[in-house]
Parts: sequence; C-alpha cells; structure tokens
Amino acid sequence: MIVTNRLRILATGTVLALVVAACGSDDPTTTEGGGGTVATGEPPAPDATDATDTMSDTGPDTGPDTIGDTTADTSTGDDGPVSGVTLVTYDSFPEADTSLNEALGRFTADTGIDVDILVAGDTGTMLAKAALTAGNPEGDVMWGIDNTFLSRAVEEEIFEPYQASGLENVPSELTDLVPDAAATPVDYGDVCVNYDIGWFDERGLEPPTSFDDLVDPAYAGMLVVQNPATSSPGLAFLLATIDEYGADGWQQYWQALGDNGVEVVESWTQAYYERFTWAGGGPTPMVVSYGTSPPAEVIFADPPRDDAPTGVVESTCFRQVEFAGVLRGTDAPEEARQLVDFLLSAGFQQELPLNLFVYPANSSVDLPQEFVDFAVAPDEPRTLDPEVIDENRAAWIDEWTELVLG
Amino acid sequence: MNRLPRWFVAALTVGPAAGLAVFFLWPFVTLLAEALSGEAISATLGRDATWDIVWFTTWQAVVSTVSTVLIAMAPAYVVARFDFRTRRLLVGLLTAVFVLPTVVMGAAILALLPESLDRTVFAIVAAHVVFNLAVVVRLVGAMWEHLPTDMEAAAATLGASRWQVFTQISLPLIRPSVIAAATVVFLFSFTSFGVIRVVGATGTRTVEVEIWRRATQLGDIGGAAVLTMLQLLVLGVGLVWSTAAQRRHSRALGLTLRSPLRRPSGRGERRLVTGVVVATFVVAGAPLVALAVRSFSTPTGWSTTAWTDLGRTEIRPGIRVGVDPWNAIGNSLTNAVWATLLAVAVGGLATLAIAAAGRSGRVLDAGLMLPLGTSAVTIGFGMLITFDAPPVDWRASWWLVPVGHALIAVPFVVRATLGVLRSVDPDLSTAAATLGAPPVRAWRETVVPYLWRPLAAGAGLAAAISLGEFGATSFLSRSGGETMPIAIERLLGRTGSLLQAQGFALATMLAVTTIVAVALTDRLQSGAAPAGRPQPGRDRGSS
Repeated sequence: MIVTNRLRILATGTVLALVVAACGSDDPTTTEGGGGTVATGEPPAPDATDATDTMSDTGPDTGPDTIGDTTADTSTGDDGPVSGVTLVTYDSFPEADTSLNEALGRFTADTGIDVDILVAGDTGTMLAKAALTAGNPEGDVMWGIDNTFLSRAVEEEIFEPYQASGLENVPSELTDLVPDAAATPVDYGDVCVNYDIGWFDERGLEPPTSFDDLVDPAYAGMLVVQNPATSSPGLAFLLATIDEYGADGWQQYWQALGDNGVEVVESWTQAYYERFTWAGGGPTPMVVSYGTSPPAEVIFADPPRDDAPTGVVESTCFRQVEFAGVLRGTDAPEEARQLVDFLLSAGFQQELPLNLFVYPANSSVDLPQEFVDFAVAPDEPRTLDPEVIDENRAAWIDEWTELVLG
Repeated sequence: MNRLPRWFVAALTVGPAAGLAVFFLWPFVTLLAEALSGEAISATLGRDATWDIVWFTTWQAVVSTVSTVLIAMAPAYVVARFDFRTRRLLVGLLTAVFVLPTVVMGAAILALLPESLDRTVFAIVAAHVVFNLAVVVRLVGAMWEHLPTDMEAAAATLGASRWQVFTQISLPLIRPSVIAAATVVFLFSFTSFGVIRVVGATGTRTVEVEIWRRATQLGDIGGAAVLTMLQLLVLGVGLVWSTAAQRRHSRALGLTLRSPLRRPSGRGERRLVTGVVVATFVVAGAPLVALAVRSFSTPTGWSTTAWTDLGRTEIRPGIRVGVDPWNAIGNSLTNAVWATLLAVAVGGLATLAIAAAGRSGRVLDAGLMLPLGTSAVTIGFGMLITFDAPPVDWRASWWLVPVGHALIAVPFVVRATLGVLRSVDPDLSTAAATLGAPPVRAWRETVVPYLWRPLAAGAGLAAAISLGEFGATSFLSRSGGETMPIAIERLLGRTGSLLQAQGFALATMLAVTTIVAVALTDRLQSGAAPAGRPQPGRDRGSS
C-alpha cells in the first residue's frame, strides 16, 4: 500500500515536472547554437569577410562587442528592433548545434538579422508546400530545391528572381541552369553507383566501369536501386540511364537490368542499410548512393579508418544541383536577399561539404581533405535539362513502374 | 429516465466540436476547395491503378484487422484478469512496439521473418498485427477489467468450460470495446504508410502512399485530394457501421470500478497465462532486441561507440551532426505532455457528451474518428493554407505539432472510455434521483467516477502516440527542434556506420522512454479510482 502511494506521488511529480519543463521551453531551438557561437566569438575568418562585403556595407559595425551581443540574442530574437528572416529548408538540414548553424550565427552577428530555420519536409514536400503558398510564403528564403524540381518551382513562381552577389564565383554550368536568375545555385553533388571495395577484392573481381557493365552476367544480382517513384536517388539513377540510352532506349536497358537481377527497394535507407553488403550486411555489393558517400564512410567510421571502404562507378554519376532563392511575397525582401548573398559566400559555403555532404557552388572555397581524397564529382557528369525532366517525370515513372515492377 | 438538461449536454459538446471544426474540418475543407477540380476527379477515377490501389488497401486492412483482433484477445484477457509479475512490463513493451518509428520496427520485423516471406502481403499483415496488438490489449482491456467476475464465476460453477464462459458471457459483454478496437486497427491498417513502404514489395501502394506520392513527388495536389475523398468514403462506411454496432451492443452492466486481478490458480490456468505471456514477450520483444543489437553493430564488428558518443557535440574533430538525443527526448516529452493534456481534456468531455447525447453524440463520435483516417499530408497541407493570415496566422507555430498529435490521440481516449461509460447502470442515477439528487448531481456522482480509470488508459495511449508520431509531424513545418522519431529518421538517412548505429541507439532510447511513460501512467491509473467515497457498482458487482 505504502509502496503504491509512494509510486503514485513519484509519478504525479514526474508528470508535473514534465508540465513545468514544457511550459519553460517555448523556444528550445537555438540556445545551444547561440552558445556555440559565443564560444567561437572571433571576427569572421578572412575568406568569409571578402564574400560578405555587401553585408558589411549595409550592416552595423562588426566590432567584437556587437558579435557578443547579437549572438546572445539569437535564442530569443524578440527584443529591440532586430529584424529576422526565416530560412525554409528540407529535413536533412541541421536545425542547431553544427558549424553550419554557427555560420548562420555569424551572419546574424554581422547584419543584426536573425535567422530562424523552418524544416518543411523532404524536397518534394517542401516544394509542394511552397507551391500551395506561393505569394504568401511560410518563410523568406528557401534552401534546397534541386534540378529535378527546379522547373516546377520556377513555373509555380515560388521565387522572386534575384541576381545574388558572389555569382561570379559559381561555375557557368550551374548558373546556366537559371538564365534569368530565377533561383541561385548553392551546391551540387552526384548520385552514382557505389560498390563494396572489400567484397570485390575478396573475389578478385573488377568493379564495373559503365552502365553496359551492369547488365553483364558477370555482375548478375549485384545491384540494388531505389524506386524512382518514391526516392530521389532512385529518380536520379533512372534519369542517368535515360541520359545514356535516350528517351527511346532506356526501356530496353532496364529490361536487361531486370534480367540481370537488379533489386528495387523503396528508399535509400533500405537500399544502403539493409541490402548493401558493406553497410547493411545484405547480399548486394553495389548500391545507388552518392558520390560523397565514401568520404562519409571514412569520417563516420567506427572504429576510425583512413581509407574508404566503398568506391564509386564514375560513369554512372548523375548531377544534382541545389538552389536557394528569395520566396516571392516575403515581407523582408531586403534581408532575404542579404541572406541569399550570405548563403553563397565562402564563409557559409565552406561548411557545406562536411555538414550536408555536397560540393559548394562557390568554387573559391577549398575542399576538406576527405573530399579531395575520397569524394567523386566527375568533370563531365550526366545531366538532363530541368525542363525536360519536369515535362516527362510522371510519364517516365509510370512507364518505368509498368516495365520494372508491373 | 433521469435526463440531463439540454444546455448541460450542449456545454459538454461545444469544446470538442469546436476543436474538431477548427483544427480538422476547416483545413480539410479549405484544401479540398482549393485542390478539387472536375479534371482531377475524372483523371483519378479514370485511372485503373486507382481502383487497384483502393481494392488492395481495403482487403489488406480487413485481413490485418481480423488477424490482429483474433490474436490480441489472448493477451487482452490475460492482462485484464490476471496478476503476474511482468504485467506492466508486458503492456509497456506492447505499447513501445506500437509507437516506434516504422522505419526501425519494420526493418526489425523484416530481419526476423523468414526470407521467403519478406516483402509479401504476409509481411505487411504480420507487421500490422505486431504494431497494433497494443491497441486491442489496451482498449479491450480497459472494458474487460471493469466486468464483474461473478457472472464468469457463476457460469464456471455451473460447469461451463473456459471457452464457453468466454464466448457466451465475456465476449457479448465486451463486444462494444472489441468493435471499437477493431475500428481503430482498421483505420490504422487502411491508412498505413510506413509499414507498406518498409516491409511491402517495392511499388506496393495503399491509398495513403499514393496520396503522399501524388502530392509531394508529382505535385498533383488535385489527384491527392480526390484520393483523400475516396479514402474517407470507404472509412465513413466503416465508421457508421462501427458506431451503430457499438451502441447496439452496449448494455447496462453492473460494472465494478475494477475487478480485482488475481494470480492464476490451478495447473491449466497457470499454463495458459504463462504460455500467452511468453508468446507475447517473444512477438513484441524480438524486434526491440533486434534494434538494440543493431546499435552495437558496425560493418567491422561490435562497438559501443554509438552509445558512448551519443550526444557528444563533436563526433570527429570539428564535425557535429546536430542531433542531441537529450534535446530530442525533451522535445518529444514536451509535445507528449501537451498532446496528452489536450487529448484527455477534449476526449474526456467528448466521451461524456457522446454518452449523454443521442444522435448528435453519434455525429461527434464519428467526427472525432475522422482525423485518424485522413491522410497526414492532407491535414498538414490543409493547415498550411488555412492558418496563413491574421488572425489565424498559426503556420509553423510550435503548438500545431501537439495539436496535430492530439487530433490523432482523441479517438483513442474516446474509445477507451466510451464503452465503460455506456455500460454504467442507469438504475444508479435513477436511484440517485429518487434520493433527491438533481440530474447533474446524480450524473456527477454515478457516471463520472467511472471515467477516471479508462481515461488514464487513454492518456497512456495518447502519450505513446505523441512520442512516436512521425507522419503528421513531418508534414507540419516545424521550427521547435527535432523530436525523437524525426532525429532517428535523419540519422538513418545519412551515410556512415556510426550514424546508423546511433539511429538505432536513439530508437532503443525511444522504446525505453515509452515503456517508462506507459508504466508511469499505469501506476497513476491504479490510483485513479476515487477514494473514500461510496463506490458505485460495488454492491452489484463482485463481492
């Protein structure tokens, strides 16, 4: 009886404590991020300042005391006339506690503009929401629309065209995708076939080097790919085969892939962590993943290692380019443009590789050593015109579904 | 009959009805108005695939529901009637399985199924059964444990076998709660998304998967809206049948506040209880063990680094992932507390209103079930375009997430409590009236006391649902920090063996958090009966 009562009190107390905790944490997001920024509290690195010129012109002075003050405020952001912008992004973007968030803290320190991160879901969901709210957006700047979704984004007029400063550092193959500055290219990477180096070594088998190799019976049953209807790397891989064999030839190729025992699963997580020999202990030594998966395997290896356990079949790589832009209808257009400029600046771009595992669009940024050693981004990657992708996406997916799953 | 005054019933109804109208009906209708078009309707209905998908969704849901209810009866009986040492752990375990993200649980279930059954309809049904055991055990158990044992005992004395007692005495009496539980399981299986994608054959689509695909991958919101209508149509038919059946089968019973649990006695009974308990532990525990194991496994052997490095700010010098498990648990618990408070308040009022009102009660009852059967995409997108201008500029408010969770949890609270309230013997309030109590007072003294225990059971489920909720959370834009399921998905969506192991470590922590939360509410529940007050029903119930 006594025991029961005591437990009851404990339980009641716990619930009360939870309620109190709940009441006290209206804004649980940025406290740690802000703290981290204070710890680094040093003037922006030299390479960051030259790309943030524009902001230094318009922003308040960047003396050390200002940095301290504003960063301390990032967590609350509601006192004083400090303005703020909301950065809408996809769900793999970290909300707090990384060097990417600290870089955004430096933007706040330099300009007095707070940045709130709003996670809208996967890229497709984010775009669908933006299309529904075009003209009355959820935030001010959007990060992460990729080239397979770009022309729908442009057509739905979710962005306000803006010529970002710093575009001169972006290679023309990226800027050419948005001739009217409808959006700003901010990063790129590739979707490629990855293979388990150890598995091929053990069997004395050379890994394939081309799409044609993948249908060679020597590699029968060795590849797992994702369903292009529901997975973005899956779609990229389908587009790569369309680039290789043409709009009338890919069907035959997939027939051959099917005959050669290609396995199709729903998502990247399933393919990589359930079926792939290296990471999932599965039966399949090749998987559709990213050109930057090998450096991630090195960096997040347990125990640590200095060589990559996986390799990339370079000729299968399909280029994914991501864009940012000012959302049409923002009530802080000036601040939003400043943020887009900052997203393209070296100070922010240099944080991209090790946080999002993509290449910075700003070519003036030095790549981390792991990227130089292990990541793959072919000079001549496969790609398709965003408009062609958008026009044919639904039809191609339906045709693929019929052919491969039907 | 001692009727409650109309104004009083109306006052009970207005809160839940308003909540439902503002946070569900309004966004839902707004989205349909925006997206539905003649073109979308004819295109969607004209596609053969649409009908294949509707048919597949329906039959797999029916098979899943029947299997779940049949299989779950045994643990529900044992948990409702017997006292054994691992009782709370067992209920907590089942609930943990119910709320864990499908990505991790699905993978664990796949790993345990024989290879030949992987990615078949059998795998889908098996996963639905394992996931939804908790629903039946909790909802049916909430009613069963209130049944007086004397009728069962009498029948047994007269020579009825255990099976006869069950089919002729217990089952007819608990039938409303069985129907209620079956309805919820059907809604879940019908709107299944994660299970289908993780354990189903590639390309398998339920209506829910197709709605998501159309809306987010193809940008075809119109097509998604038409499918939402189809989905609701099928579910509406099921709901109308279910609410009618629950009413028809509920009868006044001399309920006890709670029949005492007893230890199994006799060889046969001990065997039965042990068998059921062990089997349930294996079915529900194996996937959990599988994921705990994976948190220690790396491509090159065993390691505890995932645990020792969990929440360390720098995984490698200068590199942080931005996943703080304690923060994520804090966020999840915060959401869970708000969602539970909301769900219990709204659900409790709603139950009283539904039990007291006639036809309008039934409408409210069915209405509150609708969010369970509506696709998360539809609700999320509807809120987005409805709450987008002052005075209701609520998009991305942190509290929309707990409100969304509460929308899903309210039906559980109602289902857990309604069956019990309907069975309260009207003689009691008549007696109170005879003794001079005005209707409201009689109601307060005779009906309300029965509310607390099932309400606590509902609260446990509501908290668990909120802890594990992924769908609605991921379709609402959020800025309030990551919840556990979201953090798990993000870790498992990245390359790197350490991150993968940490994802499973986090999933293990979510399982433990849930088991603890459920055990705590269960303790609260034991104390929820009003003390020091004449206990209605006792005199009529078991001695």
